[in-house]
Amino acid sequence: MATAVRLLVLFLLFLSSPNPILSLYEDQVGLMDWHQQYIGKVRHAVFHTQKTGRKRVVVYTEENVLASLDLRHGEIFWRRVLGTNDAIDGIDIALGKYVITLSSGGSILRAWNLPNGQMVWESSLQGPKHSKALLSVEKGSKSKKYNIVIVLSRGCLHAVSSIDGEVLWKKDFDAQSLEIQQVIQLPGSDFLYVVGFSGSSLFEVYQINAKNGEMLKHEIASFSGDFSGELSLVSSEMLVALDATGSSLITISFHSEQISFQQAYISHLVEGFSGPAMMLPSPVTGIFAVKINTVTVFIEVTDKGKLEVLDKTEQPTVISDALSFSETQQAFALVQHEGNKIHFIVKLADNWGSNLLKETIELDQQRGLVHKVFIHNYIRTDRSHGFRALVVMEDHSLLLLQQGAVVWSREDGLASIVDVTTSELPVYKEGALVAKVEHNLFEWLKGHWLKLKGTLMLASPEDVAAIQRIRLKSSEKSKMTRDHNGFRKFLIVLTRGGKLFALHTGDGQIVWSVLLHSLRYSDRCQHPMGVNLYQWQVPHHRAMDENPSVLIVGRCGQRSDAQGVISFVDTYTGRELRSFGLVHSIAQVIPLPFTDSTEQCLHLIIDADKHAHLYPKTPEAVGIFQSELSKVYWYSVEADNGIIRGYGLKSGCVGKEAGEDCFDTRELWSVVFPSESEKIIATVTRKPNEVVHTQAKVVADQDVMYKYLSKNLLFVATVAPKASGEIGSATLEESWLIVYLIDTVTGRILHRMSHHGSHGPVHAVFSENWVVYHYFNLRAHRYEMSVIEIYDQSRAENKDVWKLVLGKHNLTLPISLYSRAEAMTKSQSYFITHSVKTMAVTLTAKGITSKQLLIGTIGDQVLALDKRFLDPRRTVNPSQAEREEGIIPLTDTLPIIPQSYITHALKVEGLREIVIVPAKLESTTLVFAHGVDLFFTRLAPSKTYDSLTEDFSYALLLLTIVALVAAIFVTWVLSERKDLQEKWR
Amino acid sequence: MKRVIVTFFFLTLSLFPFSSFQFESDELLLDDEEFGLEGAPPRFPEPASIPAARSSRKRHSDSDSDSKIQFSLEHAFGDSDFSPAGTFSARLKTWNHGGQTLTKLRFSRNGFTDEEKEKFKKLLQGDDFYRIRLPSNVLSPPGRDYIISSVKARCLPRDGLDEHFVIHTEGVNILAVNYGSPGSCPYPRQLKLPVKWSFNSHTVLKNSEQAPRAPIFTEEVPGGDNGEGEVVQPPERSFWAKYWMYLIPLGLIVMNAITQAMNMPEEQATGQPATQGQPATGVQRGPSAAVRRR
Repeated sequence: MATAVRLLVLFLLFLSSPNPILSLYEDQVGLMDWHQQYIGKVRHAVFHTQKTGRKRVVVYTEENVLASLDLRHGEIFWRRVLGTNDAIDGIDIALGKYVITLSSGGSILRAWNLPNGQMVWESSLQGPKHSKALLSVEKGSKSKKYNIVIVLSRGCLHAVSSIDGEVLWKKDFDAQSLEIQQVIQLPGSDFLYVVGFSGSSLFEVYQINAKNGEMLKHEIASFSGDFSGELSLVSSEMLVALDATGSSLITISFHSEQISFQQAYISHLVEGFSGPAMMLPSPVTGIFAVKINTVTVFIEVTDKGKLEVLDKTEQPTVISDALSFSETQQAFALVQHEGNKIHFIVKLADNWGSNLLKETIELDQQRGLVHKVFIHNYIRTDRSHGFRALVVMEDHSLLLLQQGAVVWSREDGLASIVDVTTSELPVYKEGALVAKVEHNLFEWLKGHWLKLKGTLMLASPEDVAAIQRIRLKSSEKSKMTRDHNGFRKFLIVLTRGGKLFALHTGDGQIVWSVLLHSLRYSDRCQHPMGVNLYQWQVPHHRAMDENPSVLIVGRCGQRSDAQGVISFVDTYTGRELRSFGLVHSIAQVIPLPFTDSTEQCLHLIIDADKHAHLYPKTPEAVGIFQSELSKVYWYSVEADNGIIRGYGLKSGCVGKEAGEDCFDTRELWSVVFPSESEKIIATVTRKPNEVVHTQAKVVADQDVMYKYLSKNLLFVATVAPKASGEIGSATLEESWLIVYLIDTVTGRILHRMSHHGSHGPVHAVFSENWVVYHYFNLRAHRYEMSVIEIYDQSRAENKDVWKLVLGKHNLTLPISLYSRAEAMTKSQSYFITHSVKTMAVTLTAKGITSKQLLIGTIGDQVLALDKRFLDPRRTVNPSQAEREEGIIPLTDTLPIIPQSYITHALKVEGLREIVIVPAKLESTTLVFAHGVDLFFTRLAPSKTYDSLTEDFSYALLLLTIVALVAAIFVTWVLSERKDLQEKWR
Repeated sequence: MKRVIVTFFFLTLSLFPFSSFQFESDELLLDDEEFGLEGAPPRFPEPASIPAARSSRKRHSDSDSDSKIQFSLEHAFGDSDFSPAGTFSARLKTWNHGGQTLTKLRFSRNGFTDEEKEKFKKLLQGDDFYRIRLPSNVLSPPGRDYIISSVKARCLPRDGLDEHFVIHTEGVNILAVNYGSPGSCPYPRQLKLPVKWSFNSHTVLKNSEQAPRAPIFTEEVPGGDNGEGEVVQPPERSFWAKYWMYLIPLGLIVMNAITQAMNMPEEQATGQPATQGQPATGVQRGPSAAVRRR
């Protein structure tokens, strides 16, 4: 008995040990986690022409990633992720070994080593004003004296040595109100031409000596009309500009003594011209392209400045830059769409009429239109010139085309995920899409035999490798059916490119992807963008026959009053069920906890005029909603205005010819933060799908505290307006942080607390009855994390067992938020060494498992921190009872245990969000972190107490049982025999 | 179910007078004055929760920089327009460093007119909202916007009409007002008309609390003293507490041994007078035979 008790105590101690080990063993990496690397939508690509770099391409992307890709396979050689506010403006290759990048609006110039991506030098360029940033590297000349990079940044022209980044000379254009458009460097000459507009009708040219920055010539010419600002260089001495109305083209010849203009109306050149034209970058000497609505017109400029239309096409067309592939020849590429095919055409610069190469490639419809094309040449086996093209598609994917085929493709849309939701997999049934996974008995036995050997330490190194391979390739995890533990799910992700992907949680494979029709560019919706994903239909009763679906909400433009777009997609097949542009805008979407008879979830969409629209628009849904109307409240946070308002709903829209599914709202409460002293920087609510297991917390000395569990609590953090910038922008006295807990039904402030001398940014998580938030403490010069726990005092008297037995407690009474809230809060602050990018908290199916905070660190890793470290009841010397409860002695700093990084050795570059999904197994939760990279893993905050580990050897258990049974029989027979002998004696 | 309702009824009945009685306590007064602005000189505790009826009471003024201000409360019935319902008067204290705070809040409520009574009855019948609003800045009302708060009308009537304001202020700005009944307002809200049509108002002013600072330890404290303390602690436990798990089995063994020792003489005692009873010897012989066989 005593030993049993001791064992139990030991076991409990083991469970409640203060530092649960979360780390993995080396051989467990990749078993239940996966990591994918992306780069984002490519903005520009530079091919390397010299031998060593022949099979590489250097690209930079909209996610501010600089990457070197393998041209043969599309893999990443190296990658550098610059910060979000360090956008790259230009890229080029210098000296054949350095990649030069210009970033941060032209103020930072860096050189990277081409083979391995190490930074060689960095120089910061200062200038007086913000201007166009241009980068140009002298090419073509073999002599070593030209190793200058010409950079236009912040209104100044800099010449920088490409060897060490030293600024050789600087020419300031700041005195003039000049807007420089282009820096022209003619091959083989020492002169630079800087051209630009001053005001709207003055054209200026500067001739500058490239060696020392000396200004040789300055000419100004005035044009009778206005320029639009677009300029294109068509030959060494001629520019083409567009006028402000977009209806006429102006050819400017600037080389001769006098600048001369020639104006040509587009309507004379192109029949049926209407609407403003847009200039496309000039591909080659003498030719430029103009886009008029959907028509692309190619125009040739003759020597005398006369314009002639070469060709025009209705099909969406993309033009590449010119490529000089031999001493004398220049080529450029065109990509034209025709149905679901694209034509890849390469033409010689001086011969428009004939094609050097024409290939037709059939493309996946889900990739949309071609957005950009970059051309590269190679020598074929028969010594002729071959061409391949790097193509950027509408869905942000990157393809390499060669010999009429897609050599490789990268789904780089996944680098810019907007929103994530999950979907269950299909239930196993005959004919369902189940991957073929069952293998024969022999292999199964072999696998178990190997595992057994591994467990008994008998395995040879080859066997160990084989075991590891079997474990990693375990086909069990990537099956296409629902599993018992709920580990296998679809991650439905919406990307900025308007594409929806379904990723399998087992191995991260893309199960299906669909380019949403409603989120594509159209005349009605010029700048569509996806905003959010919601679960639309989650079948439980008819899970065998019906497929779940998701709701995608989008907007035509950034503003919240832009027209809304919604779309529904089946999550098993990826089919877009229906989609429509709405007549109203979408300011807010509120998923309601009601479902109709077909298990569609009711959603309330609030438009910019504060009318509520109910979806689905069926009489049944309206009926369900009407009965609950008086209990539905919503709130809006006007962060710029500093006002939070709460609303109730009334049936029927006033003054609108809307149906029954439209509801009017009325303002019930408001909280107005004084604009001179407070500015909202963070608002957080509880996750709507969070489950809380117990509403009481038993504290030491057998006391009970009731958690204040309201789904309608909002955590708001405000800072001083001066302190809303970066850390260091405000002094200690000028900065403060005030946190609020606001009930969003009644608008009551339940708790209000100020941190003086604290600074944003604030990251917070809200779970159960506690909030944890992270901010900077200026007084201590350290980051701090605070916790607020809120307890309900109105139920505090329900401690008496007799009251519970006799039913004299108010625990089962409905709680009304209109009662006076008697909340009690406890809070505590701790220092933390890390700055935080994002924060999340683990969620489990039943809420029994203890919680962990997941902190996305500035180093793009995810750190798991036990919630018990952030307990406001921690004291320096906890009593014995408190220790038993699991209270850790107070420390001023939160411990960072290196083993508790759940991303172990990996980095999730550009980490933006951590998404938590509970598995069906209570102990386990699924974690998906995304940024430029994707990372997925399973996490068990209190270890997997409800299941055997994956590497548990069932064979060994079986063997042991069999051996035991055999031993029992043998000993039984032996003892029988002995007994008999005894009796005969 | 019936029983639950009955108990709930008793519970609420017993709670009502209790809670309203509890409300008279000065517990809330501390809430208000305990936390001042940072850097503010210490203030004299000044009760801010004053029943409106006593608003005429005289108090001596604290300093010359005080000024008296008034701002009005407006109310609306359901979706009607707002109309004046009462006046708050307070002292505006100006500190040396330029900060201003509100103190000594008093409230005088206008009674309901007959028309308003009818409107309020209608709200009670429809379980609708009774809404109030205050200016967000007391010096230049209405400030940026009005502060609105509302409550279900059925929460207010007790004997009279009980209302409770918690006004959250920041200097001369009002951030929010928590408006409602002073006690609980249990859900299904019963329709109950007030006996007296007079308001019984309670007002509380609230400022921001100061957050507790992160504990700062010197280097030695967690490592040195604490560690030693833990080492010293074990002897405090009694001998019994430490070794009970060994002592109990030991005790059992000893007990066992004693009983066996007791049995031995008994056996000898019973063994010698063999004539005393046959069954007894039979019993004794069994085990001894077994022992022999082993």
